[in-house]
Amino acid sequence: MGASQTRSEHKYQDLADKTGFSLEQITNLHKRFQQLSGNEDTLSRQNLDNIPALANNPIRNQIIEAFFDKRNQHQDEVGSFNEIGFEQFLMVMSHFRPPTLKTTEEEKEALRKEKLRFLFNMHDTDNDGTITLVEYRKVVEELLSKSGAIEQETAKAIADAAMLEVASTNVPDMAPDDFYEGITFEHFEQILKGLEMESRMHIRFLDVDTTTMRCGKSTS
Amino acid sequence: RASLPERGLLLLMVLVFLEGSVLPLGAASSPDVTHQANSDNHIVKEAGHNFTKKPFPVLSLDYHHIQAPFEISLWVLLASLMKLGFHLIPRLSGIVPESCLLIVVGLLVGGLIKLAGEQVPPVLDSRLFFLCLLPPIILDAGYFLPIRPFMENLGTILMFAVVGTLWNAFFVGGLLYAVCQIQPGNPSILHQLELLPCLLFGSIISAVDPVAVLAVFEEIHINELLHILVFGESLLNDAVTVVLYHLFEEYAGVGSVTVMDVFLGIISFLVVAVGGVLVGAIYGILAAFTSRFTSHTRVIEPLFVFVYSYMAYLSAEMFHLSGIMSLIACGAVMRPYVEANISHKSHTTIKYFLKMWSSVSETLIFIFLGVATVEGPHNWNWTFVTVTVILCLVARVIGVVGLTYVINKFRIVKLTTKDQFIVAYGGLRGAIAFSLGFLLNKDHFPLRDMFLTAIITVIFFTVFVQGMTIKPLVELLAVKKKQEAKRSINEEIHTQFLDHLLTGIEDICGHYGHHHWKDKLNRFNKKYVKKCLIAGERSKEPQLIAFYHKMEMKQAIELVESGGGVKLPSAMPSAVSMQNIQPKKLPPAKPAERALSNLPKGREEEIRKILRSNLQRTRQRLRSYNRHTLLADPYEDGLGDLLIKKQKMIELERKIKDMNNYLTVPAAPPDSPTMCRARLASDPQAYSMKPEPDSVPTIQVDLASPQSPDSVNLMDEFRRAEQQHEEDQGLMMKPPSGESGPKKPGEEDGSREHKLMRCLSDPGPSADEDEDEPFLP
Repeated sequence: MGASQTRSEHKYQDLADKTGFSLEQITNLHKRFQQLSGNEDTLSRQNLDNIPALANNPIRNQIIEAFFDKRNQHQDEVGSFNEIGFEQFLMVMSHFRPPTLKTTEEEKEALRKEKLRFLFNMHDTDNDGTITLVEYRKVVEELLSKSGAIEQETAKAIADAAMLEVASTNVPDMAPDDFYEGITFEHFEQILKGLEMESRMHIRFLDVDTTTMRCGKSTS
Repeated sequence: RASLPERGLLLLMVLVFLEGSVLPLGAASSPDVTHQANSDNHIVKEAGHNFTKKPFPVLSLDYHHIQAPFEISLWVLLASLMKLGFHLIPRLSGIVPESCLLIVVGLLVGGLIKLAGEQVPPVLDSRLFFLCLLPPIILDAGYFLPIRPFMENLGTILMFAVVGTLWNAFFVGGLLYAVCQIQPGNPSILHQLELLPCLLFGSIISAVDPVAVLAVFEEIHINELLHILVFGESLLNDAVTVVLYHLFEEYAGVGSVTVMDVFLGIISFLVVAVGGVLVGAIYGILAAFTSRFTSHTRVIEPLFVFVYSYMAYLSAEMFHLSGIMSLIACGAVMRPYVEANISHKSHTTIKYFLKMWSSVSETLIFIFLGVATVEGPHNWNWTFVTVTVILCLVARVIGVVGLTYVINKFRIVKLTTKDQFIVAYGGLRGAIAFSLGFLLNKDHFPLRDMFLTAIITVIFFTVFVQGMTIKPLVELLAVKKKQEAKRSINEEIHTQFLDHLLTGIEDICGHYGHHHWKDKLNRFNKKYVKKCLIAGERSKEPQLIAFYHKMEMKQAIELVESGGGVKLPSAMPSAVSMQNIQPKKLPPAKPAERALSNLPKGREEEIRKILRSNLQRTRQRLRSYNRHTLLADPYEDGLGDLLIKKQKMIELERKIKDMNNYLTVPAAPPDSPTMCRARLASDPQAYSMKPEPDSVPTIQVDLASPQSPDSVNLMDEFRRAEQQHEEDQGLMMKPPSGESGPKKPGEEDGSREHKLMRCLSDPGPSADEDEDEPFLP
C-alpha cells in the first residue's frame, strides 16, 4: 500500500505541478475518470457521450470534441486524439480553474488568454487560426439547436451580425472590396475583453471526496 | 454662461424662501380664513341687521379646501426644482453628493418654517414614509435588479445581510449598554437605559439603508460586484431589522427575553423573510399572467405592474412580513415575463415612471430628513451620541472583515481587501432608521428623543462624511469601476455559450454545482413557466434571439430618430459591411446599374412615398425628386426658386438611387411565427428577417401614425436588391458610398453613435443585465 501510494502521489505531484490542481482535486478527478471510462486507462468519445446529463446540452459535441483536441494539451500539436488518458483529461480540465487571491495581474492575463484560447479552439474547428463566417454560423446554430424549431435564417443573421461587429470593432477602415477573412485570436480577445474570462470561466473543483450527488454550494 | 450657475443659485434661494414662507402660511391659514369670514359676517351684520343675505363673494380665499394636496404638491415641486437646480450648478454636483445637498435644503426649509414660528409638519411620519415614500424606490430597485450578479453572489449577500446585521445590532447595543452603565459615581440619564432598549436601538441603527446606498453609489459607478453586494445587503437586511425591531419592542416593556423568545424570533425571521418573498413572487406571477392578455389594451399595461407591486408591498406589510423583500421579489419575478408581453411604449413608460417616482421619493426623503432634524425633538447627550457613532463604525469594519474571512472560504472569486473596505465604507444609514426610531412609543422608551438625536447624528455622519469621501477614496484606491461597455451580440453569444460549456464540464466532472441547477431552472422555466406567462409566439423565443431582436429594434429606432434613414444601422461607425465578410463569389456589380435595372418605376415611387411619409426628417428632401416629373412640394418654402431646387433634386436623386439599393423593407408575411412582435404602435407588427427569395423587394409597411417615429420598425433590414445573389442573403448594412445621406451633419454622427451604443447596451428582456441609464440621460 505504501509503495503504490507514494508512487501514485509522486505521479500526481507531477500532474499537480503541470496543471495547478491540488492533490485532493486530482484524486477526485481520477475517481471520476475511472467512473467514466469504466475503469479503463483511456477515455473515448463514447464514454463521454454516454453521460446522461449531457444529453440536454446544445453544444455537447463541441464540448466532447474539446477534450480530444490536441491543441488544448499545450504541446503545439494539432489534430485530435481518439482516446485520451488521465493526463490529457486533466489538462483540459485545468482550463477551468479559477484565479486565487494570490494570482498576480500578469498571471490573470495569462489565465485569461489561456481560457480564451480554449474557447477559440472550440470555434475554430478546421484549425486555420481564424474563425470564419461558416464556423461562426455553426456555433450559433448549435447554441440555438435545442431551443425548438428556429429558422436557419435567424441563426445565420445573428452570426452575420456578430461577425460584422467583430470586423467593425477591429478593422473599422475596411475598403468596400476588402474581405474579412475571419476572426483571429487577437480580435477574439478584443471583443470578449469585457467578459473577464478569468473570473467567469471556471467551475468548482472539489477538495473533498464526493462521488455522490451534491448540491454544490453556490459560487459566492 | 457664467451667470447661469449664479442664476441657478439665486433661483434656489428664492424657491427656498418661497417654500419656507408658503408652508407656514398654509399651516396658519385656517385661523386666517375663519378670521376673515368672521370679519365678513361682522361687516354684513352691521350693514343690515335684519338681512341674513351676504354680498356675493366674487373672489374668496379658501385655502383649507385644498390645503393637503396643495402642500403635498408644493413639497414635490420643491424637491423637483431642487434636483433641477443642483444640475445647473456643475461643479457642486461633482463634489457633494446630491443627498447631502438635499439634506441641507431640508435643514434650510425647516429652519425657515421654525423661524416663521410655525409648527413644522410631521413630514417624516412613519406611515407616510413607509407607505408612500419608500415603495417607489424599492420597486425601482427590484424591477431593475441585475439578476445574474445578484444570484451569483446571493450567499455572500445573505451572509452580510443577516449575520452582519445581527452582529452589528448586538455589538452596538451591548457595548452601548456597557458604556452607559459605567461611571456609577456620576448618575446620569444614561443609567436608566436598560439592556433591551439598547439592543433595540442597536438593531435600528445597524441596518444599512437602501435609499442612502442607492443615492451615493449611483454617483460613484463602482464595479458591479461591489455595487450588488452593498446594495443587496441593504435590501435583504430588512427582514432582520423587522424581526429584531418587533422582538425588542415587544419585550422591552417586559424587561427580559427568554430562550423561547429567541427561538420564536428565529422562526419569525424565517417566516418574515420567506413569507415576504413568497408574497412578492405570487403577485409577480399574477402580474405576469395578467400581462399576457393585455395585447388589446396596451394603455393600462404599466398600471398593472405598479398596482400589483404596490399590493404585494401592502400585503406583506399587513402580515408584518418584510415588505421590501416582497417588493423586490415581485419586481424581479415579473420582469422577464412582463417585458416579453408588453409593448415597447409600455416598457418605456414603466421605466420612466419608476425612475421618476423613485427619484422624487428619494429627493423628498432627504429633504424631509433635513426638516425633521430641525424639528427634533432633540436630546443631545455627548457620551451617547459619540459612542454610538464610533461603535457603528467599528462594528461595521469588524463585521465585514470577519465575515469576508469566512465567506472567502466558499467563494471562488475572493473578495480582496479593497473590496472589503468599500463594502465596509459603503454601509450608510438613512431615513429608514430615523422612521423606525420615530415610531417608538415615548411611554415605553423615555429616552426616545436621545435615540432620535443619535440616529440623526449617525445618519448625518454616514451620509455627509462617508458619502462625500467615498468618491475620492474610490479613485485613490483605484477600485475597479463599472464597465461602460455596451452589450454586444458577441458577448451575448459567448455568455450563453459559456453557460452551456460550464454546465457541460460540471456534468462531466460529475458534481452538480451552481451551473447545473441554474441550467435545470432555465429549462424548467422554458418548458412550463414561459408557456403560461408569455403570450403567443414569444414564449418559445430563445434568449439569444430575443436579445437580437431587441438590438435590431434599438437600431431601427435609432435609425429613424437620427432622421437620416440612410445612415448605416450597424453598430460601429465603420465602412465594414456584409460584403466584407461574405465570401466573395461573384464580382460586385456597379450599384447604379443594379438599381435601374431592377426596380420598376412604380416600385421606386412607392418606396419614396413610404419613405416620405415615415421618415420625418427626410420628408422635406424626398419631395419632388422624381426625375421625370417635378412635383410641387406644398410643405417646402420658397417654391419660387426652381433652379436651385432642381440642382438639389439631381443630387438627391443620386442619393436616393443609392438608397434604393440598400434600403428595402422586407416582406412581412403575416403568419411569420417568430417575428410577431406587438411592441410598436400598438399594433401587432410582423416583420421578418427572412430575405425574400425573389429579387424585387416587396414592401409592406404599415403606415402607422406618422407622428410616432417609433412606428417605423421595419427599417432594420437592408437587403441588396440583386438578382444575381443566389445564395441566401445576410444582412446588408452598408452606407451609401461617398457622402452618406441627404442630411447628416458631422457632429450628429458622434452623438448618434453614442446613442446607438447606449441603445445597443440594452439587453434582451430575459437577459440579466439591467438598464443602467441614468434618470436624466
